[in-house]
Amino acid sequence: MLIKEVYDVVVIGAGPGGLAAAIEAKKAGALDVLVIERDVELGGILLQCIHNGFGLQTFKEDLPGPEYAQRYINEARAIGVEFLLDTMVMDVTPQRRLYLSSQQHGYFTLDARAIVLAMGCRERTRAQIRIPGMRPNGVFTAGTAQRWVNVEGYMPGKNFVILGSGDIGMIMARRLTFEGAKVSRVLEIQSYLSGLSRNFVQCLQDWDIPLQLQHTIKHIMGKNRVEAIETVAVDDHWNFVPGSEEIIPCDTLLLSVGLIPENELSKKAGVLLDPITGGPYVDERFQTSVPGIFAAGNVVHVYDLVDYVSIAGDTAGMNAARYALAEQQLEADYVPVKAGKNVRYVVPHKLDRKALESGDVQFQLRVTRPLEEDVWLEVRSESKSVVRRSDRYARPGEMVTIKLKPSMAEAVRAAESLTVDVYPKAEV
Amino acid sequence: MKNTSYDYLIIGAGVVGSMIARWLSRYQADILLIDKEADLGMGATAANSAIIHPGYDPPPGSLKALTNVRANPMWDQLSAELNFAFERPGDFVVAIGEQELPAVEKLYQQGIKNGVPGMKLISGAEMREQEPLINPQVSGALWASTGGICDPFQVTVAAAENAVMNGAEVLLETEFRDFLMEGSRVIGVRTTRGDFFARWVINAAGIYSDVVMHKAGVRPEFVITPRKGEYFVLDSADIRTRHIYFPIPTEKGKGILVTNTVHGNTIIGPNANIIDDKENTSSTKEGLDEIADGARKLIPSMNLRSVIATFAGLRPMGNARSLNPAVDYHNDFVIEIPRQVQGLVNLGGIESPGLTAAPAIAEMVVALLKDAGDTLIEKKDWNPIRPARPRFRNMSHAERQALCASDSTYGRVICRCENITEGEIVREIHAPIPATTYDAIKRRTWLGTGRCQGGFDMPRVVAILSRELGISPLKVTKRGTGSEFLFRQTKELGVQDAD
Repeated sequence: MLIKEVYDVVVIGAGPGGLAAAIEAKKAGALDVLVIERDVELGGILLQCIHNGFGLQTFKEDLPGPEYAQRYINEARAIGVEFLLDTMVMDVTPQRRLYLSSQQHGYFTLDARAIVLAMGCRERTRAQIRIPGMRPNGVFTAGTAQRWVNVEGYMPGKNFVILGSGDIGMIMARRLTFEGAKVSRVLEIQSYLSGLSRNFVQCLQDWDIPLQLQHTIKHIMGKNRVEAIETVAVDDHWNFVPGSEEIIPCDTLLLSVGLIPENELSKKAGVLLDPITGGPYVDERFQTSVPGIFAAGNVVHVYDLVDYVSIAGDTAGMNAARYALAEQQLEADYVPVKAGKNVRYVVPHKLDRKALESGDVQFQLRVTRPLEEDVWLEVRSESKSVVRRSDRYARPGEMVTIKLKPSMAEAVRAAESLTVDVYPKAEV
Repeated sequence: MKNTSYDYLIIGAGVVGSMIARWLSRYQADILLIDKEADLGMGATAANSAIIHPGYDPPPGSLKALTNVRANPMWDQLSAELNFAFERPGDFVVAIGEQELPAVEKLYQQGIKNGVPGMKLISGAEMREQEPLINPQVSGALWASTGGICDPFQVTVAAAENAVMNGAEVLLETEFRDFLMEGSRVIGVRTTRGDFFARWVINAAGIYSDVVMHKAGVRPEFVITPRKGEYFVLDSADIRTRHIYFPIPTEKGKGILVTNTVHGNTIIGPNANIIDDKENTSSTKEGLDEIADGARKLIPSMNLRSVIATFAGLRPMGNARSLNPAVDYHNDFVIEIPRQVQGLVNLGGIESPGLTAAPAIAEMVVALLKDAGDTLIEKKDWNPIRPARPRFRNMSHAERQALCASDSTYGRVICRCENITEGEIVREIHAPIPATTYDAIKRRTWLGTGRCQGGFDMPRVVAILSRELGISPLKVTKRGTGSEFLFRQTKELGVQDAD
């Protein structure tokens, strides 16, 4: 293909967020929309997610990851989105110049009128949680193991222990069991599950794989390959409980201990990051602190369901196209959005006072601790309630959403700031 | 291999053994360098502070002091010839609180005795000016301008590669078992890959140097006590310190320091704990806590959220009395041709400052051989230059463009955090000393060392190694036999699953 010097919208990453953004950008009138992908295929991490559970929100169907991705790929191709595969973005400037590297095209630059960052997230590693012990082969992140098994067709172990009850870890516990491996247990340092409850039921419980809450790893043994791990119970402050140690023979330790939005390029572009989410500060259009640079999906904060990533991509892509076509900063007067009681963070971080005049806005948030009872989710302006809804529980492993409607436009216009609280109904 | 008979056979391809091979390669001689591991520099060389010390630390008159001070100025030329990264940011020994000031002054006096140039005592205020992040309790510091940093592993590869370019041979995964003796003369070694004969055998076996020398009946009382040191590597994006900072030394050593790597990361460590297992490079929770506390004594704002890697190494501490009879010091280097056997150059206890001292130790080995009457004739065509290979990550946009235009494989980025390309990986696999394991590529290119710690590149590098070496992915290892990544293909139920 012929690579142009300037594109209306350049999307970095062809995962669910990027594909959705590209399609919506094109539909919103952007003429040249380019998606840049470092892998040799489109679809991002969905390609290795061969389990089902995707599309319940967006397609009202239960699809495996690659099929979910394929629907977006087909649509993007049909409406003329352009793609650059096997190409790494090396640098992005605040003026939206991109430096690219690929075997086919060499090292080159192009310019974008608007950019959508859709680089997704990466997995936390052994070093980040500082697991002591030897450093043999056989300690992998769950996602790396997933790629080996589902894409490359190789088994990275026979006898597994999984640390962390994140979704990828639980899904891999089932997947490895299918392939004849032994998964002796899943350990979780918290007193609650960090992934989705449905994955606990379908991937662990149904396969008799024990989950040990409030347990972690004290030591990894083995010189060349993992030979065993020493587990230990922890108290509420994560202190080891003496005498609770147990040595579990295994050859592989998988880590499913959290995801971190991948924002090295965002930093190069001068985009400001929220230390809590690890992603850019965004407004309700998913525009970052740098005008013309938008962000979509797990690069902003870690979602629990891919469907919501696609929906975020829709918003970012549409607004990137509008920016590109207007070729100027859209004026906005923002209301800050704050995390209140039991809330770890809220996305977006700020809201255009006039945003509700043109439609709904969804707040996405995570709670700080499990609330296993009827709860209120409430948005308030100072002490005045703007909207509240109820739910049967709120868990850190599951993203919580609350919608603001055009009927609340007046309250938002007048607000100093908006705060989101989640609290047990019993506390009222 | 071409030979089973050599002039010089070196046991141990760490920085010392590799530097000796490089020094000897200047002479007309057949040289064999062997190591039990699948790569060079897997022992003490791989896990230390990577500092080229000025030389104020070792006791005056000791071999440690002599070789350290002699070697420090050699590093500029060495890095120019062997093309490895080397910087001299200078180092500080920092006194926290007035009570630590005398220790700093004592070190300064010791440095003067050792002949260390470029030292200065500075005030607490001057120290704070040099490093705004330093503990505000600082009362003064010793400044030594000749303190440097390198990547010890890359130094080792460069030295060994230069030796190979000049005719030396390297055999990896070749473990020393015993000496071949003729009376009291060493005539070769027995290894896991057969017997090799040599006029001279050089013991550079690091942590195992005691075991090796005992096999020849030399220094039966000499014991290596492994002293473990643990380290943290911090994300270069989060913290940048300016120089090298030591606390005041204790009887346990130089203490927990804060330094930079030539790759741009800050590293903190090491602690020092005596252990009995020469293979135990495990880190412990207590050890890691100790390092964090130690580093915060110097830089209180140190945030452990920035940790991207931990590692541990073993210092091969010996118990030899200094060969200089005037010095009462019992942890000195051994660098000798022992009287009781012939044909052996014996090294032992080469712990810190062994990395710094390595070129001077190599030079001393050559001098010992000459003193013993060995005729060393210089090659006319000896080439001291080991050319650098392209490093995409260190290049400007224009340089990258030119590199990719000259060879398209440099355009394909395999390690996203550190920006390492397929072209670089393939060059290392086909280098004069081929990188045949994941770790060998990692240490040569710095791939997989960043934030994701190889999560992204690992399956890709395994595939490249498989393709370039013409082996199944099942045979690709992290660091030699026994450290394979993959067990079998999927859909092969029942093949290996007895349990």
